[in-house]
Amino acid sequence: MIKNRDTRFTLLLLIPVLLVLIAYVLYPSLRTFMESLQKDGSMTFGNYSDFFTQESKTNLEALWNSVYISILSVLVSAFIGIPLAFIFNRYDFPGRGFFASAAIMPIVLPSLVGVMAFMFLYGETGLIPNAIKDLFGLDEVPFKIGGVSGILIVHAYTMYVYFYMTVSSAINKIDPSLEEAAYNLGANRFKVFWKITFPLLTPAIVAASLLVFMISMASFSAPFLLAGGYRVLSLQIYFSKINGDMEVAATQSVILSIVSISFLLFMRWYQNRKDYRMASKGIGAHRSEVNHPLLKWILVFTGVVGVIILLLPHFTILLLSLVPDGTWTWQTYPSVFNFENYRLLYQDPNIFKPLKNSLILSFIATAGNLIFGVLASYVLVKRKFVGKSFVDILVMIPWALPATVIGMNLIFAFNEPTIFSFGNILVGTFWILPLAYFIRHIPLVVRSTNAVLEQLDDSIEEASRSLGAKWFYTFRKVILPLILPGVLSGTLLAFVESVGEFPTSVLLYTISNRPISIEIMNQLRMFNMGQAAAYGMIQISLIALVLFISNKFFGVKAEKSLS
Amino acid sequence: MASINIDNVQKAFGKVMAVDHLNLDIKDGEFFTFLGPSGCGKTTTLRMIAGFYYPTKGVVRFGKKDMTRVPPEKRNTGMVFQNYALFPHMTVFENVAFGLRVRKLGSKELKMRVEDVLQKVRLEQYADRQVSQLSGGQQQRVALARALVIEPEILLLDEPLSNLDAKLRDEMRSEILRLQKDYKITTIYVTHDQSEALSMSDRIAVFNFGVCHQVGTPSEIYNEPANDFVAGFIGEINLLPVKIEKIEREYIYVIVQNGESSSELAVRNAPFNYKEENKGDLALSIRPESINILDKETEGKNIFKGTIEEVQFFGSLINILVRTGGLQLQVNALNSGLSRNLEAGSEVWVELPDEQMRIIPVVNGDGS
Ligand SMILES: Nc1ncnc2c1ncn2[C@@H]1O[C@H](COP(=O)(O)OP(=O)(O)O)[C@@H](O)[C@H]1O
Ligand SMILES: [Mg+2]
Repeated sequence: MIKNRDTRFTLLLLIPVLLVLIAYVLYPSLRTFMESLQKDGSMTFGNYSDFFTQESKTNLEALWNSVYISILSVLVSAFIGIPLAFIFNRYDFPGRGFFASAAIMPIVLPSLVGVMAFMFLYGETGLIPNAIKDLFGLDEVPFKIGGVSGILIVHAYTMYVYFYMTVSSAINKIDPSLEEAAYNLGANRFKVFWKITFPLLTPAIVAASLLVFMISMASFSAPFLLAGGYRVLSLQIYFSKINGDMEVAATQSVILSIVSISFLLFMRWYQNRKDYRMASKGIGAHRSEVNHPLLKWILVFTGVVGVIILLLPHFTILLLSLVPDGTWTWQTYPSVFNFENYRLLYQDPNIFKPLKNSLILSFIATAGNLIFGVLASYVLVKRKFVGKSFVDILVMIPWALPATVIGMNLIFAFNEPTIFSFGNILVGTFWILPLAYFIRHIPLVVRSTNAVLEQLDDSIEEASRSLGAKWFYTFRKVILPLILPGVLSGTLLAFVESVGEFPTSVLLYTISNRPISIEIMNQLRMFNMGQAAAYGMIQISLIALVLFISNKFFGVKAEKSLS
Repeated sequence: MASINIDNVQKAFGKVMAVDHLNLDIKDGEFFTFLGPSGCGKTTTLRMIAGFYYPTKGVVRFGKKDMTRVPPEKRNTGMVFQNYALFPHMTVFENVAFGLRVRKLGSKELKMRVEDVLQKVRLEQYADRQVSQLSGGQQQRVALARALVIEPEILLLDEPLSNLDAKLRDEMRSEILRLQKDYKITTIYVTHDQSEALSMSDRIAVFNFGVCHQVGTPSEIYNEPANDFVAGFIGEINLLPVKIEKIEREYIYVIVQNGESSSELAVRNAPFNYKEENKGDLALSIRPESINILDKETEGKNIFKGTIEEVQFFGSLINILVRTGGLQLQVNALNSGLSRNLEAGSEVWVELPDEQMRIIPVVNGDGS
């Protein structure tokens, strides 16, 4: 028996957390690994040697393509995001505030919906290339996206936001007196930037680069719709699974996992390392007003054009959702607009079903996330125990693992009865999707709860206990009310992300409970763009609503917990 | 109300010994202060009394009851935290009522008691305010009221005034004393501020590096410090390393060595000035206000010729730095008579009265 009451209690809280992590994070990964060692009924590393030596080099090429696209995505996103962060945080000009908030608009587009919008805007039959063609009387469309360039453009559009947000917050934390001191010592603008400002920003830039690299490695929707014949690893896993090459899919999953988890570990090391650059907080950045009239209006003009480009996908989805099915076939532009698609959504049970499915599945998953997230976060932030960083890493693994891999892990783990599924086979049943969504969003909820719990001084809890309150009373009356806003905003975000979740859905759904993203894919296949876009609009509104509620009522910038 | 007995308590955090061999007896109703530099183990000791830490070794008793492993919520101690730890989502009233709600008090009595204590801390008009709307001093009063309303046996205060500005600090000092006398409650007060400790306490325990060096009344601590650490930590003092040359019935003769030169001093042989059990390295201590400045050579013991190196003017007090031979002495004189005309460079004579000098043991820096 453990003597110390506190230690015993910590253990009591820790056990369920560990059980969940082992059962649904660790065990499925290990099952995939075991599967990858199976070849022709025996245990070998054969699948791995095939991966690297196979004559057609398909797999190696896919791995290389993934890395190549990821590196390019980092460069392009940095190239857009970092200058934007500087301009919006260091200079003042008319409309700055509006442009600055518009800059994060890409995150209200769920990935599948975003890619769809890009296809309709810039694809072969896209509105923009055709508009230009007609405007200038060209014979051919002047450009179209697809393959590498398509994936890259979508990545740049969605991922520059990570650079923009991390670098912005780093810029705002730089103590202006550091730069002033350098000017005072005689340095010119150029020198101050390269010798003072830039070195202070490198941690943020490195963090954003790692993040974008991982997200692009995991990216699924963009290659799924745009790749054409171009192979990337996350997509190859899906194809292997569809073709029934389960051992190959397992091997590909393990290799992709290794890359992702190495990045996670490297990132943790990089962020935990003692850093002299920790800038003093709470000193507002000073913005210099742009006075030169020409420069000022160039900035405003660029801002307006930028906002139009940023919001074009949203408008496209809105526009398409108003085009009834069957009214836009061979014409270049749609001509009929009404609310037919929304009416069907509301009245046709078949069309409403996927939306209802998604809401139910996500609700179950998110309820789990809420309970698990609060418990895990409390143990991680407020309790001491050995092996904390191991638990911490387990919690973060679902964040690092590409969704495709999580889907495969679940297939391998739960296509047979296990104690973790209480002796049931979960694959092919209703429960596999809520489980997948739950696992996917563990890190999001835990991290957003961590952020508020870390703000909460330990002495608050101690004060309550010294006044005679037991732990559970303290937790209910003091801790929970204080952290609730942060927790709820994280949970709501997890909910809307679950509603839009595509990669695990496409691997695990069953016909009877197909979620909204699968239905979007089906409608696209049948060229029912209007209906697909109407589903998309619902997701966009949900995300926007959640961000608005978090900002307005909880005072939390929910978009922060996405990075 | 209760007395507190700390019996040979030790607390280690890994390899760090935060508190070692601590024995304290705190009387019923006493205002007892833990004084010491930051990191010396005051908070750790206080938290062992509150129940937030359990001692590695030793026993904590309230009255006769062994409390060593009783969880904090069952101790009935009222604690005031350094940052107040007010519940930010509750009003002043709800903060104060919290402990009573835990005790399931009826709403009528609860209201009466909360209002009563709010009146005592002069916050009755603020009952419905959010705590974030209060000033630092008012928040401090809420924290006090919240701790007092549960009628604790012991009141624990961890550096309660350190976040207030100087003027408020003086005000809250008398406020705390008034409440303590009102409630006649055993109080432990943690501070690193010697003037707070000297002016408020019935008794003080002086800590350094996890070891308690002396327990005594403020005047005992100031006038008869047990060793060079206590002497140096409280007030200003001249400490000179010495060797005893010879001990006679009336005087003890000591040699102060400083570089090349050495001086002989005669110290009164009385228990106040010298205790036989003090062995090892010794130091001669004398407070700056006990040294007399003379403007001409005078007959008598322990009179040395010196030069003034520096004069600092503090209004009612003048600090003078005098060099005699290799020795540097700090002298504090009242702003009157002779001392008004002193300036750096002038020659003076200093007298170290034999009954004011004390020979005390030197503890090593690590507190052993
Ligand atoms: N929870 C803890 N874990 C590890 N070391 C601690 C902890 N609390 C205090 N210490 C160490 O114990 C020593 C005494 O600390 P503390 O009691 O807080 O000092 P004080 O309150 O006198 O400033 C310090 O060296 C401190 O670093
Ligand atoms: Mg302390």
